[in-house]
Formats: sequence, C-alpha cells, structure tokens
Amino acid sequence: MYDLLYLVFAFPLAGFLVLAFARGRVGERLAAAIGVGSVGLSALLTAALAGQFLSHPPAGGAYTQTLWHWMSAGAFDVRFALRLDGLSLSMMGVITGVGFLIHLFAAWYMRGDEGYARFFSYMNLFVASMLFLVLGDSLLFLYLGWEGVGLCSYLLIGFWYKDPANGAAARKAFVVTRVGDTLFAIGLFLLFHSLGTLDIQQALSLAPQQFAPGSPTVTLITLLLLGGAVGKSAQLPLQTWLPDAMAGPTPVSALIHAATMVTAGVYLVARTHTLYELAPFSLHLVGGVGAVTLLLAGFSALVQTDIKRVLAYSTMSQIGYMFLAEGAGAFQPAIFHLMTHAFFKALLFLAAGAVILACHHEQDIFKMGGLRKKLPLAYACFLVGGGALAAFPYLTAGFYSKDEILWQAYASGHIGLFWAGLFGAFLTSIYTFRLIFIVFHGEYRGHGEVHAGHGLAYGLPLVVLLILSTFVGGMIHQPLSGVLPANPAEEGGALQQQVAALSGAVAIAGIALAGALFLGERRFVARLAQSAPGRWLSRWWFAAFGFDWLYDRLFVRPFLYVTRVNAADVFDLAVAGIATGLRALYRGSVRSENGRLRWYAASMAAGAVLVIAAVIYL
Amino acid sequence: MTEATTLPLEHALILSGILFALGLLGILARRNVLFVLMSIEIMMNAAALAFVAAGSRWHAADGQILFILILTLAASEASVGLALVLQIYRRFGTLDTDAAGELKG
Amino acid sequence: MEFAFDLSAAVAVIATLLAISSLDPVHALLYLIVSLLAVAMVFFAIGAPFAGILEVIVYAGAIMVLFVFVVMMLNLGRAAVEQERRWLTPRVWAGPAVLALVLLAELLHVLGRMPAAAGIGEGTIGARAVGAALFGPYLLAVELGSMLLLAALVAAFHLGRNE
Repeated sequence: MYDLLYLVFAFPLAGFLVLAFARGRVGERLAAAIGVGSVGLSALLTAALAGQFLSHPPAGGAYTQTLWHWMSAGAFDVRFALRLDGLSLSMMGVITGVGFLIHLFAAWYMRGDEGYARFFSYMNLFVASMLFLVLGDSLLFLYLGWEGVGLCSYLLIGFWYKDPANGAAARKAFVVTRVGDTLFAIGLFLLFHSLGTLDIQQALSLAPQQFAPGSPTVTLITLLLLGGAVGKSAQLPLQTWLPDAMAGPTPVSALIHAATMVTAGVYLVARTHTLYELAPFSLHLVGGVGAVTLLLAGFSALVQTDIKRVLAYSTMSQIGYMFLAEGAGAFQPAIFHLMTHAFFKALLFLAAGAVILACHHEQDIFKMGGLRKKLPLAYACFLVGGGALAAFPYLTAGFYSKDEILWQAYASGHIGLFWAGLFGAFLTSIYTFRLIFIVFHGEYRGHGEVHAGHGLAYGLPLVVLLILSTFVGGMIHQPLSGVLPANPAEEGGALQQQVAALSGAVAIAGIALAGALFLGERRFVARLAQSAPGRWLSRWWFAAFGFDWLYDRLFVRPFLYVTRVNAADVFDLAVAGIATGLRALYRGSVRSENGRLRWYAASMAAGAVLVIAAVIYL
Repeated sequence: MTEATTLPLEHALILSGILFALGLLGILARRNVLFVLMSIEIMMNAAALAFVAAGSRWHAADGQILFILILTLAASEASVGLALVLQIYRRFGTLDTDAAGELKG
Repeated sequence: MEFAFDLSAAVAVIATLLAISSLDPVHALLYLIVSLLAVAMVFFAIGAPFAGILEVIVYAGAIMVLFVFVVMMLNLGRAAVEQERRWLTPRVWAGPAVLALVLLAELLHVLGRMPAAAGIGEGTIGARAVGAALFGPYLLAVELGSMLLLAALVAAFHLGRNE
C-alpha cells in the first residue's frame, strides 16, 4: 500500500501535463474531469494511505520511498525520496482533501472562462508542487516544491493577465516571496556547509551533535530559513504581497493564499523544529513575528472594504497565530490550527466567491448587504466559517485549535504572546462579524439581480467544508506525536478551563461589539470614522500601516532611480567593447584581403622571415 | 668528375640561398604572371640544389632522387601554370596578376 | 674543382638576377636557361653527374622550351616591354628586395652557425646508384610522381582548351 505513495503527486502532475499539452483542444467538461478527477484520485489515495498509516503504522513511524537518485557529486548526494510521516500525512490530507473540494468548486466558479483548461492545469501543477514540498525527504526536494508553488502562485494571481493590475500583483507576489526564497537558499547552503547533508532526517539528527545550543551558526541558519518562511507565509516584514494576491480567481485565493501555500512557512519551521530548539533566539523571533503580524493584520482587516482583502488580512493574522504557537514551542497546536484554518478559510473564500459571482463580480462589501435571504447557503457558510475564524466557543473547529494555542502560550510562560493572541482574537471576531453584518444584513445596496448558484459542484464543497469547520473538524486527531515535540504544557486542569472561558468570552464580546457597531444604522461608527483621529487611523490601517509606501520609498524608487541613471548600462560598455574590437579587427583583415597575389606572397614571405627569426633568436 | 679536391658544403648551400632569395624577389616584384612562374622555377631549382649538395655530402643517392621528384613537380607546375597563363591572357587580355583579383573578400 | 664551382655559381647568380630583372620575357627566359645550365655545371662539380644531365635535358631542354612556346603563342610585342618598364619602378621592388635580403641574411646566419662542415664532391654518385635507389626503396615515390605528371597532363589539356 505504502509503495503507491508516489501516485499521490503523480496524478495531479499527469493532469497538469495532459491539460497543458492539450491546451485549447479540450472542452470544459473534459478539462474539469481531468483537473478535478486527478486531485480527487490523490485525495482518495491519501485517505487510503491515512487509513493504512493509522491502522498499521510503518516501522519507526515513518515510511520513506526512494524513487531515484537526483544528483550525486562527491559528498553531495540528493535522493528523490518521499517521506510519509504524521506531519506530511496531515499536510497531504489538507492539500488533497481541501484541494479537491476547491477544485470541485472551481469547476463551477470558472465556467465560461476562456482559460478554463489553463486554470486547471495550473491548479494541478500547484497541487503536485505542494505535495513535493511536504513529501520531500531532502531540503533540496522541499525547495523544488517551494519554488514550484511560488511559480504557480505567480501564474494564478496573474491568471486574468489582460488586466495589467493583475500582472503587477502577480509580479509583486513573486518578487517579494523571492526575497524570502533567496534567504532560504542561503540558509540551505549554510546548512549543507556545516552539516554536509541536505537530507532532513539526517540533518536533524546531526544538528544536536554539531551545534552547541544557541551557537551563532545555527541561529543564522534558522534566521535565514525563517526569512524564507515569512516570505511564503506573508508574515512581517514580507507580508505586503498577500492582499494584492487577491487579484487572482477566488478558488486560487482559497487554495493557495489561504489553505495551503501560505502555510508552507509554518510547515518549514515545524519540519526543522530541532534546529529552532537549538536556537532559542530564532524561536523567540518566530513567536514575535507571529504576534506582531497577527495584530497588524487584525487592525488592517478592520477597515478594509474589499471582501477578499478582509479575508486576506485575516489569513495573515491566522498564520501569525501559527507562528506564535511555534514560537511558544507548541508545534502540534500550530499544525492543528493550520488544518482547521484550511477548512474554515477555504470555506470563507469559497463562500465569498459565491457571493462575488452572485453580485456580478462585485467585491466591495458596501455595495452588497442584505444577502442573507437571497444566498442562504453562503450566509450559513459565512456564519460557521466566520464563527470558526472568531473561535466561537465549543461549536466551531477554530475554537479548539486557537484555544489550544493560547493555552500553550500561557502555560509555557509566554505571557506576552498570550495577551497578543487574546487581543488578536478580539480583533478577529470584530472584523469577521463586521464583514458578515455588512454583507448579509441591512439593505441591498448593489445593482442588478442577485442570483444564487446551484448544482453539485457549487453545493458539495461548501457543505463539506461547512461541516469540517464545526466542532467535527476540531475532533480530528493528527498523528503528530512521533514527529513533533510534545507540547510544553500539560492538558487539562482548571487553569485551562479558565483560559478557554476567557478566550471564548473575548470572542463573544467581539461579536457583540461588532453587532452593536455594524448592525442597524452604524451612526456611531460613521461618527468615529469622521473624526480627525478616526480618519487618520482608518487611512493608516487601510494602507496596512504603510508598509507598501515604506518599501516603495526604501527599495522600489531607489532601484528605479539607479536603473534610470544607468539606462545606458556602464557594464554593457565592456561587452560592447569586445564587439567594437572585433569589428575593427574584421575591418583590418578585410583590408588585408585585397586580391593581390603579390601581397599574399609577401605576407607569406614575411611570415617565414619572422618564424625563422624566432627560431634563430629565441 | 672524380677529383679528390673537395669544397665546403656551405658554399653550395649559400648559392642555393642566394638563388632562392632572388626567386622570392622575382615573385614579389614582378606583376607579369610569366615572370612569377619563372621565379617559382628558380626557387624550386634552388631547393633542388640544396638537396643534391646534401646528398653529395653524405655520399648518398637520395639527394638526387629528391632532385628528380622536384623536377617532376616543376614540370607539372610549369605545364598547369602555363595553361593558366594562356587562359588569363584570353580572359583579361593582360598578364597582370592584379587584374585577376576578383576573388578578394 | 673549386674553381669550376665558383665560376658556375657566379654565372648562375648573375644570370638569375638578369632573368628576374629583364623587361623582355624572351630575354628573361634565355637568362634563365643560362642560369639553369650553370646550376647543371655546379651539379657536375659536386659529383652529381646524373642530376646535372637531367637539369640540362629536362629543365633547360623541356620546361624552358615550354615557356618559350607559350611566350611565342602570346605574341607579346614592344607594348609589353613598355608596360614592364612602367611596372618595374624602384618603389615596387625596394620592399621585396629588403624582405628577400633579410631572408637571405637569416639563412646565411644559420649556415654560419653550422659546425665546420665536411666537404662535398669527394666522390661521384653516378646514374647507376641513383637508378638502383629510384627503383628500389623509392618505387612508391616514383609511382606517385607518375600520377602527378598524369594529373598535370590532364589539367593542362583541360585548361589549355579554347572554349
């Protein structure tokens, strides 16, 4: 059974190849069948593998399938090997399961688009790359998937490439994540330099012997890896690309920019947790980055008017929670939150897609309103998904994972992280229910008839994700104990009950506050926003604390200035000099070839004279 | 011709060198194809002289064998070259080597 | 014999110089024939009578006659001599002369550095010895030479045709 592991990524890869080579020659139904079917087969296989894994665990808790030797040069030996353990199984389940549901929804969402087959080929390539990323046994293999998902992210953000704004957003996402990827690559070089291997398990077992805890080398390596992680996961300071990435089709936002790719950074830190445990400074930084990002993104989400941008900031904020958990040493809750977040955020994005299509590609929440009667399924999805996002106590999946994170942060003595997380939870419930109240309550303020979607491809993914976002999703047990370190704090006890009650109360208070502010006339909010500090704050938050502005001044403009100054390219002069010299040489040799026999003979004689002279006198 | 007196090899080689240089001068200085061909004959003859002198120095027949081979070469060269001279004269109406310079780059 | 050698050598050099500097092709050819005959005398002087005889018969007798025939066929007149006079200015031959002199100086320099050489012309290598070597170890070279002559024959026939 385990030896079928390679098929999990082979199906989407084959789907990508078929769709890419049959471009424009397959109809929508066939393209959907291939695109959705291949991921569906992967999901079925993953389910079968999970059943096998849970009932008959492989020896040592992990199964490694070596497909072939990728490259071998001296001590540098990279195997093309897949590793199935609790962590990669959990990630695989999220990628293929949620991925399948999103693909199915996309078959409905993208209907009538001229790039239908292209869309599914990119999506399949993404799923295959993401599976590479999580199954890779070597960091180089992981990096291959890492770059593959970056490429697919670029292609899919700019999917509607005819609008230059989409192309700019895609480019921004690509360039900003590239900064992180470069740091990641340098980290890999450094790791190979000090340990002599890129094999993950080998590196993790060698690291404690090689590095003293807190030594500068391991700190530097982990910081560089963290650079890659924050780039991919849109954390401070490389977070600016994610809101713009919402230019892509909504299923893309659901799959790549909410459920899977952006959580790759969390996966990377969890995968290399041994290194981070050797570098306490880096681990503290992971938590700090997560805490600051979740607060900044929370404030920004409060004032956004685009439905997808609200969700994008909430994604940043939720990934901040995962980093926070890892910073507190609670790796298992981080991965657990990763999974529940994939469920409810995919649900929210798909429901948002349903709303957007129903309102004729309108994304401004202030041009919606009162949709709860016209779109009951989307409303239900938003209630459950938003409840999970806000961690509504006991009924939703988000509560179980977020509460676990907060409890571990509190119990392991990271009080600062705990309070940041708690305040972030308060913000989360406010902005989530602000969104829901504005979109689904009050009067309809848009133009045109609202018409709900229908059909299996529309309803099934929403319903399944809706169920998974309730406490059902919170019941799922991930087999992480062998792979990730045990939680720093014990389960149970009265203290945990109190923390849970506190976080639940905060969530409900946030929802109540949102209801007070945004249900009804919203006079108080309007007055608040009209006041001078309110205007200033909301502008500041709306621009996500001006990071775009700052980076524009710090990097983009100086670079553009340099390119303008160097338009003639001084470095080209050297290259052009070669050409000029060759042309001069050519003109000289042309002149020497004048068709005069005597000239040729004289040249030969002179040459002979020179050669003889050289023989004599040298 | 079997005198006991000998003369140094250098003398023959010096004569050969002088004749060779004269032939070279002829090739480089004359524009008439006919003179160029004659100069080539002079140079070949000079080379043949060097071979014969060297063969004589070692009391070996090989020098004269090579002379015969050079003779063969000179005969072939002269016949082909003279045929070309005739063609050039027919085509260009002159024996100027510079007239037949169409092959230049 | 040294006297015979020196005399023939002097004749050869002077005749060659006249041959390459003469304006009339027929005069040049006659000087060239004198030069070749003088070289034949040199061959006799250094004990290579067979080479000397071939030089007279083939070089002076056959190849030069070929040249004479061609000159006759071209039927160059006084105009050709005038043209040669115009072409042969000092400006034209000064450069090549320097080049040839440098080459000669180099050759002489090399010869001057040779160890004291043994003499030549001590004995005679007659036609018998040459013939024995020619059809012994050099048989293949003779065959190749005959092929070369055949090729030259065909080529000359082809090129000389009046199209």
